[in-house]
Amino acid sequence: MTATLIEGRGLVRRFSRGLDAAEKLARVLGANISEETVHAVEGVDIAIRQGEVLGLVGESGCGKSTLGRLLAGLLPLTEGTLLWQGKDVASLSRSEALEMRLAVQVIFQDPMSSLNPRKRVVDLVGEAPRVHGLVRAGEVDDYVAELLEKVGLDPSYRKRYPHQFSGGQRQRIGIARALAVKPRLIVCDESVSALDVSIQAQVINLFMDLREELGLTYLFISHDLSVVKHISDRVAIMYLGRVVETAPADTFFAAPNHPYTAALLRELPSVKERRRDFTPIRGEIPSPLHPPSGCAFHPRCPRIFTPCAQARPALEPIADGHLSACHLNQAAAVSLTAGGSA
Amino acid sequence: MIPVLVVENLETQFASSAGLVRAVDGVSFSVDRGEILGLVGESGSGKSITGFSILGLIEPPGRVAGGRILFQGEDLVGLPTERLRRLRGKKIAMIFQDPMMTLNPVLSIETQMVEAVLAHDAVSREEARVRSRDALGLVGIPSPEERLKAYPHQFSGGMRQRVAIAIALLHKPDLIIADEPTTALDVTIQGQILFEVRRLASEFGMALIWISHDLGVVASLADRIAVMYAGRIVETGATDDVLDRPAHPYTRGLMEALPANAMRGERLHPIPGLSPSPLARPAGCAFRTRCFAASEVCKQEPKQQGSGHSFRCHHPLLPGVAA
Repeated sequence: MTATLIEGRGLVRRFSRGLDAAEKLARVLGANISEETVHAVEGVDIAIRQGEVLGLVGESGCGKSTLGRLLAGLLPLTEGTLLWQGKDVASLSRSEALEMRLAVQVIFQDPMSSLNPRKRVVDLVGEAPRVHGLVRAGEVDDYVAELLEKVGLDPSYRKRYPHQFSGGQRQRIGIARALAVKPRLIVCDESVSALDVSIQAQVINLFMDLREELGLTYLFISHDLSVVKHISDRVAIMYLGRVVETAPADTFFAAPNHPYTAALLRELPSVKERRRDFTPIRGEIPSPLHPPSGCAFHPRCPRIFTPCAQARPALEPIADGHLSACHLNQAAAVSLTAGGSA
Repeated sequence: MIPVLVVENLETQFASSAGLVRAVDGVSFSVDRGEILGLVGESGSGKSITGFSILGLIEPPGRVAGGRILFQGEDLVGLPTERLRRLRGKKIAMIFQDPMMTLNPVLSIETQMVEAVLAHDAVSREEARVRSRDALGLVGIPSPEERLKAYPHQFSGGMRQRVAIAIALLHKPDLIIADEPTTALDVTIQGQILFEVRRLASEFGMALIWISHDLGVVASLADRIAVMYAGRIVETGATDDVLDRPAHPYTRGLMEALPANAMRGERLHPIPGLSPSPLARPAGCAFRTRCFAASEVCKQEPKQQGSGHSFRCHHPLLPGVAA
């Protein structure tokens, strides 16, 4: 097994909004008002190995983007420990921390809002490596030309502005910018979701080529399961701030364990299934302001039983490399050991 | 049986400083009662503008420049606004991608729905309220009686889209045009909506035009599919025919580009190049600059061939069809 590149233990990220003056006054006067807290990431253990593609899936509001940002160091942790190549990030020296910052890069969903519209491509892509001393000022132009070529853009376009490119081309600029600082881990946050089918395929191919050429590691965040299935070695699925299942991609799609994973895979429209009947999961995704007790999925779960509302199930191994957080697995194990008496 | 809707040679154009944009460039199709037609294409292909044109929602600098839109035999092009207003919401309804386009944020759901009922039917307020409540129940909104009192911001995205669908259903229209109605929704919520829509379409015998870029959604829902590229329908036919035996190289290209149709980890097969700018479309077949089968003859406009499963291509991929 290859070395673990980055690991999070018990990661927690909450967002709270302080009370405004009127609300504080109301509280003094006896109104029952307290700070509202969004539980975006609520105790996640995750590890990404050198050279692998980990797919991170889940529905909107499940915390997958927040988790990606925590790993990339774009957001501070509320609780938990982040390890970079086995070392606690909190204890890294200044230069080591800087090195890690450069080694983890993010590619966002909407390139138009992540590229400064008033800068030319050569500056967008070339600024970071120049500032960090990776290339000398005089060599930036050639360096950017080389990067553009690598991501499949005509190097002669480097004097242009972002609005002069199509959506797919802009996403390539975002990729070139991430590659410019020689990263080891790239967090792709819905990086191909906004693209048309034919362009999406071009960019996915580019991701796979770059992985091979540069030995990159990816955290591939997407709500699109067919894309994740295609590109990932392993998949983790989140629900309401928690990872509920993680498995090698083959196992994940062929033999999901968690009822939520199974339901999500069943809901997925596919070009192979025609005029099918949908068997919808009941109910709505609960608000992360007030997550349900116990297992967060229990109000919607078709297989709910006694412990689900009471205790939060731990993410536990059920097979080699396959982890799931569901009380059914414990119940199954118990009934197996109970054996003949049942 | 005459189709509910027949569109013939529809042309919708937008005047711009850079030139005339032919957003919809000679589109023809029809939809029968109880039928779900999936209108698919990539961004900029003209699929939404086609839907907007049918409802008379094109505003200057855009205009419907040619063709006919026959709804139950009556041509909607050039129809007086007053007459169109009698049809819209009553006989033809639309569901948009963003339900907040349909819903007024400062009015309660009840006010908006009752208004929509009274706009077309001379019934009492109480009766309108009962109909609104029943429509909410129909689309699977729990405790519709209480929810009538709520405002749009008190609903989740999926629930808002259900309200928008309920409003579209108020008058049991003969035709519903749905423009990417589940694109912004999560998979589990999308599954719920698709389930309701299928049930309602078959229950009421409505004709439905489902506009989407998502082939997976359209495949699981539609009876027939029309594929648009650069303002034209390049292929249309029964869902299975179009997706399993595509005749147009563009349709096949779309199918082959899908990760779901590739082996895991294998290279995908994107269509080379980019969609042409609507201001600089290649003459003849607009797809020829990206097409592997293109030849000299493609510089001429391909005629529509075939009935049932029809396509516009000089080099169709079907075996046994003369080019």
